[in-house]
Amino acid sequence: MKSEHLLEVLDLKTSFYTFEGVARAVNGVSYYLDKGETLGIVGESGCGKSVTASSVMRILPEPPGKIEGGTILFDNQDLTKLSQKQMRRIRGGRIAMIFQEPMTSLNPVFTIGNQISEMFILHKGMSRREAMEASADMLDRVQIPAPKARVHEYPHQLSGGMRQRAMIAMALACEPEILIADEPTTALDVTVQAQILDIMLKLKEDTGTAIQMITHDLGVIAETSNRIVVMYAGKVVEEAGTVELFTKTLHPYTRGLLASIPLLGSRSAGTQQSLSEIKGTVPSLFEIPSGCAFRQRCKHAMKICAEREPELEQVGSGHAVRCWLHIPQEKR
Amino acid sequence: MSTLLQAENLEVHFPIKKGVFSRTVGYVYAVDGVDFHLNKGETLGIVGESGCGKTTAGMAVMGLTPATGGRIMFADRDLAAMRRYELKKLRSSMQLIFQDPYSSLNPRMTVNQIIADPMDVHGVYLGRERKDRLAFLLETVGLTPEQGRRYPHEFSGGQRQRIGIARALALDPSIIIGDEPVSALDVSIQAQIINLLLRLKREFDLSLMVISHDLAVVEYLCDRIIVMYVGKIIEEAKYADLYKTPLHPYTQALLSAAPVSDPLREKNRILLHGDVPSPINPPTGCRFHTRCPKRMDICDKVEPEFTEMGEGHRVACHLYTAESGV
Repeated sequence: MKSEHLLEVLDLKTSFYTFEGVARAVNGVSYYLDKGETLGIVGESGCGKSVTASSVMRILPEPPGKIEGGTILFDNQDLTKLSQKQMRRIRGGRIAMIFQEPMTSLNPVFTIGNQISEMFILHKGMSRREAMEASADMLDRVQIPAPKARVHEYPHQLSGGMRQRAMIAMALACEPEILIADEPTTALDVTVQAQILDIMLKLKEDTGTAIQMITHDLGVIAETSNRIVVMYAGKVVEEAGTVELFTKTLHPYTRGLLASIPLLGSRSAGTQQSLSEIKGTVPSLFEIPSGCAFRQRCKHAMKICAEREPELEQVGSGHAVRCWLHIPQEKR
Repeated sequence: MSTLLQAENLEVHFPIKKGVFSRTVGYVYAVDGVDFHLNKGETLGIVGESGCGKTTAGMAVMGLTPATGGRIMFADRDLAAMRRYELKKLRSSMQLIFQDPYSSLNPRMTVNQIIADPMDVHGVYLGRERKDRLAFLLETVGLTPEQGRRYPHEFSGGQRQRIGIARALALDPSIIIGDEPVSALDVSIQAQIINLLLRLKREFDLSLMVISHDLAVVEYLCDRIIVMYVGKIIEEAKYADLYKTPLHPYTQALLSAAPVSDPLREKNRILLHGDVPSPINPPTGCRFHTRCPKRMDICDKVEPEFTEMGEGHRVACHLYTAESGV
């Protein structure tokens, strides 16, 4: 199979089989990632954004998780069909990932240098000594002071921001084609968050790595991404270029989301007087409503919304939306 | 406007103990001499990054963490000089809302029991009144009286936060302190809780103190805002002044670093280097001098005093003191 994109996910379905039933965490998600771009995937907890990433990386806990359908195309091969042994060659080397909580994703009993070296030894076939030197260089590139001394330190000796930098150094060690960042700055303070995002985007410029940024923070998305995918209850509900998404928002959920967050500086400037809320809560993945999953919270819910599920409709160049409001009569 | 609550030179130092004899080897200077007050009917915001002492300051005001220095005055009475029973009575007028709605509700109690607990402790709303009171509180926060018989695990995060708010309202408090009241909630639920807090404040004539790291939430909720950095207040102003004309270089950096969900807005980001210093070993002089882009010679030697820069706007920075000649 061939794809014109660097990474293309088609109709991905991932479920979790639990005692309470089957949770359809990802329920037919399609998106693509091009070379050198930053794609933002945004959504609230339980929308399936992280499960999508774990499916692409094939790090899903199986069981209870299971990729039930769809294809993940990378370099003309379907990642869902690869064995774990084949996958190991891609993971880390060509597609790397950073996680939200750097303390739990670094191994506490090995030094930072040891953990970064592993990447060079495994994927580049370097000797231990060469790898250690390369690790110090990487730490220098993510702006950790005194990198030659830091490689010998353990994760607990570093601050939260430093640990996340070490994670980034590890992820980018082999200059991967894709970096998947799952809430990379959520656990960090505002000023440190700004540093980390700055470093990520600078390294991206240097290496040409494409970034898939997963977050619930619309501010982080707005400032880092070229293109945005909005997810709700395991599906993509809207997709557009960043400026387009924020200025010509179409899906009622995306609109609701944007209207419900306080925008920094706008109460002081007198441009935002009230916050509108989205009523209700995110539906449980065990009982996703029929038709459109958002209809119970939607201001514009119509009869058709309960009956049939809308398809993702192209409404402009690169702008797609899954909502009956934007599907012309003849297609209904 | 009358002052309801006042903290004068408040200090909370935690001893660090080591060895078999638990010798005190040092202190965490969590809150290190802060003055602030809460007026009746207003919302005061305390912002800062982790470790700045904002939560400890809130806990000290509630008497949950003993202050090691300074005074806390409630309605012109010193908290430290009060007797136990007086303090207990006073506590009923100050209530807390916690950050995590999952760990702050007892999973073995029904919602009605959770909300009634403070009433039992203080012996109010007894007998027949109790049922009506519970129904009233649940309806006030947007739940139904029937839901009172259920257990916390049957509710979503936003609903649990509503239960926590109902519990805080149970004793008709005059002050509610919210420690990161919306941080753990989903984006679409945050607005519901923010709007609920603003409505309750109006309806029950409450004074609020909101402790948060989220600058946008604090701007939206608060009338007056205090910025803390490593145990000290560095700037205080009315919300519009703080966001329009931040004076302290730290406040400026903090505001410029916060990501804004508007891709068209021009940003002049001030990137700070390094991490927040440890409150165990705070820097000398101005505590921000290690990361300050506008640092001068005096900054690591002399701690800056507050300078009044307009009505209710004060800043602790040498850029604005008379001696530095700027």
